Amino acid sequence: MSSAPPLPEGLVAVVKQDCPTCHLVSPVLGEIAARGGRLTVYTQDDPGFPAAVPAAARVHDDGLAVSWHHRIETVPTILRVAGGVEVARAVGWVRGEWEELAAVGPLGAGLPAHRPGCGSLSVDPSLADQLRVRFEGQRLGSRRIEVAELDDELETAFDRGWSDGLPVVPPTPARVLRMLDGTSRPPDEVVAVVPPDLVEATVEKVAVNAVMAGCRPEYLPVVLAAVEAACTDSFNMHGLLCTTYFSGPVVIVNGPIAAQIGMNSGVNCLGQGNRANATIGRALQLVVRNVGGGLPGGVDRATFGAPAKYSFCFAEDEDGSPWEPLSVERGFAAGTSTVSLFPGHGPSSIIDQISRTPESLARSFAARLRAVHHPKLVMALGAMLIVSPEHARVFAEAGWSKARLRQELEGLLLLDGDDLVRGAGGIEEGMPAALAAGRRLPKFIPGDLAIVHAGGRAGMFSAIIEGWVTGARGSQLTTREVRQ
Amino acid sequence: MTVILLDPTGERRPAGRSRAARPASLEGRVVALLDISKPRGDVFLAHVADLVTARGATVRRYTKPTFAKPAPADLRRQIAQECELVIEALAD
Repeated sequence: MSSAPPLPEGLVAVVKQDCPTCHLVSPVLGEIAARGGRLTVYTQDDPGFPAAVPAAARVHDDGLAVSWHHRIETVPTILRVAGGVEVARAVGWVRGEWEELAAVGPLGAGLPAHRPGCGSLSVDPSLADQLRVRFEGQRLGSRRIEVAELDDELETAFDRGWSDGLPVVPPTPARVLRMLDGTSRPPDEVVAVVPPDLVEATVEKVAVNAVMAGCRPEYLPVVLAAVEAACTDSFNMHGLLCTTYFSGPVVIVNGPIAAQIGMNSGVNCLGQGNRANATIGRALQLVVRNVGGGLPGGVDRATFGAPAKYSFCFAEDEDGSPWEPLSVERGFAAGTSTVSLFPGHGPSSIIDQISRTPESLARSFAARLRAVHHPKLVMALGAMLIVSPEHARVFAEAGWSKARLRQELEGLLLLDGDDLVRGAGGIEEGMPAALAAGRRLPKFIPGDLAIVHAGGRAGMFSAIIEGWVTGARGSQLTTREVRQ
Repeated sequence: MTVILLDPTGERRPAGRSRAARPASLEGRVVALLDISKPRGDVFLAHVADLVTARGATVRRYTKPTFAKPAPADLRRQIAQECELVIEALAD
């Protein structure tokens, strides 16, 4: 931030000509000056105003540096300055307060006892952004790119390769400063080292990309936590990016932050239409693209990719869930806001509109889960099961905990290895005979099936997010606390 | 009016690096064969090892812990210290 201009000793008034209250008090200011008080009047618009004050005591606050730095929100404001420091302030016209500040006896005879002031030009909505950039712009370290008058800044963003294919919000300094209001972390703090180019991403760089993605400032802490989680050895963003497989980072938000920023955990929660869901996942992808240099066709070698790679972000429905949320399972205290990243794509559907017993419904789930990736491939890739409210109710009414469901699914997904070996069923794909023949193998290595609760209140469907290579060899579900 | 945009990129250009000179012959060279742990990479590399050995080179075999992550820095350093050439296998 640029430094505040020092204030002169004595009384300091800030006024503007375009303010009836300032006109009302101008004789009072003249009176103070005439009585020999040490008075300086900063005038925001008309350097000749107020005429009642001698020109020598008037200063044109051209550029509004004094008003902005000294947080003048209303004119007139009168300050007492002693030793270079503001010691008292009165806002608007309040006779008693002015008399106390001026300490020169009765003031403004014939005026009403009080009259509210007008908005200071330094907080005028049409100027506020411009002033903030002028006085706070030095906080921003990113290279400034000037877009020529005849160029369209949205097209510039496309031309420079900053976009995921959709238009981006132009990251102007004013928008980035507003975005940075969403966190208490300083702009130059390093959030993570982003693959594949292994470039340090500062809070500011994440904010620039969050602006482009369309985030509101209050989403920024979630985006920051998502970037932190992505750039860990456990999540292995590099591997996830460069694989030929479909997956990308899926962002699951838990805790009070989800409701605070208006995230969708209910109707159409994996679909379109919610700004936070749509832009937080997108911001993470833009950070990987722009800061990390992870470009499709470059390091990103996906055969198909997936629509999920534009943005795949939702909140868990904790209030409607019979079970503990994902964040608590992951070791965080209830009520803690977290971001979890899952390497996945999808969703795939599970239809079961008939089952009313948990045993039957679990079998439906298992039948669909055993087919993910390939019915004959096991123990290599993970999955996330999103249980809908109507399905969760079946388990809740029967008293099944999440752990019980997982345990039952593990039993149902213990598969006959002879059916899985290469060549079995006339399908060459499958597990090596040395690993599978004559044994029973689990579809998922324990811990590689995550379970969350979300979705609209109606619909006896659940969802599967198909995962990628799990464990130390691939990407693991990774959770970070959201810090404001 | 011109618009100012803040650069969203890492603002880092990769340092230009020239490739090492190609050897005229493998005779007497030490060649690293790096298996990235993809299925059947070992089969492919076994064949490569025969071909390289027949050309008078000494072969040393290395394996990345997983194809899904970059090779660990220590492994890269070890290969650089022990070998002059590297052949990295991708297979499925």
